[in-house]
Amino acid sequence: MSNILECKNVTKVFGAKVALSGVTLNIPRGKIVGLLGPNASGKSTFIKLCNDLLTPTSGEILIDGNRPGIETKKIVSYLPERNYLNDWMKVADIIGLFRDFYSDFNEEKAYDMLRRLDINPKDKLKTMSKGTKEKVQLILVMSREAQLYMLDEPIGGVDPAARDYILDTILSNYNENATIIISTHLISDIEKILDEVVFIKEGKIVLTKTVDEIREETGKSVDSLFREVFKC
Amino acid sequence: MPWELKSDRPIYSQLIEQIELRICSGVYPLGSKLPSVRDLAQEAAVNPNTMQRALAKLEEDGLLYSNRTSGRFVTEDVNMVKQVKNKLAQEHVQVFLKKMKELGFDYNEILSIITTIAEEMKQ
Repeated sequence: MSNILECKNVTKVFGAKVALSGVTLNIPRGKIVGLLGPNASGKSTFIKLCNDLLTPTSGEILIDGNRPGIETKKIVSYLPERNYLNDWMKVADIIGLFRDFYSDFNEEKAYDMLRRLDINPKDKLKTMSKGTKEKVQLILVMSREAQLYMLDEPIGGVDPAARDYILDTILSNYNENATIIISTHLISDIEKILDEVVFIKEGKIVLTKTVDEIREETGKSVDSLFREVFKC
Repeated sequence: MPWELKSDRPIYSQLIEQIELRICSGVYPLGSKLPSVRDLAQEAAVNPNTMQRALAKLEEDGLLYSNRTSGRFVTEDVNMVKQVKNKLAQEHVQVFLKKMKELGFDYNEILSIITTIAEEMKQ
């Protein structure tokens, strides 16, 4: 099977509010995909649906042929939009937790990245700045040898230098058959590393193209096109 | 040599130009082995698939060749590199001339400006 993720006509409704409406999307293996949309466009809802934190109102999501659940969690490495780790734990403890939880967790890689970002594994999460916490979370997620990485706003709170390192980490750590889906609105920072972009607006997919197709056809960067499509 | 990628043109074609430039200027000498796709992609901070596509095109053009077991190499054909050099020079000059015309200079004025500046730079 060549697609790691297949969505068929997925709709999610919260009460009277439609968060996602008829989303059909196929994402192949070995790609880095940007899920781009303004605030409240449905990016996080989509990612949560893929991780079984929400269930679709209608439609179907298949990851490697399975609906989101125990089997898919083994192969999907998910970076949530918020910090869910226990504040009182030390980084080393959390690494132990991840090692126990995920058979594909590469401890050595995690320690290596911590060292490069100058984070002390003996520090408690509580004592860290927001940006450092984000880095720790991303390190944990990227240290798994997963088939699908879903990163919800991975670079929002970190400074530009660390951002470069993180993008570098993403590029050097994912294997060729793995797919990475990154949701963000910091487009200019990441567009060079993306294969494809998916524009999502008010719960609907409005465009799916490769970065170079967009540049070729419009003579604009993805960032400029985004500003046009989502002009307020 | 840093990788310079502009935001309004396809990344793939810019990578091709930048690699051509590196071959012409001897950063990647004739017959030498290129770094791996992954390393190049990381160096340029671009998607590995995009880098792969650029390298495949350069291979198709004959400027690179790959050896199944040992990687990708720069051609040893001096004439081919000369051709690429000429092509790059042509493109640069065309852009330059277009801009100078926009500034309102005619052909003779442009030539005399070039001569003057070249003299100045010599000193």
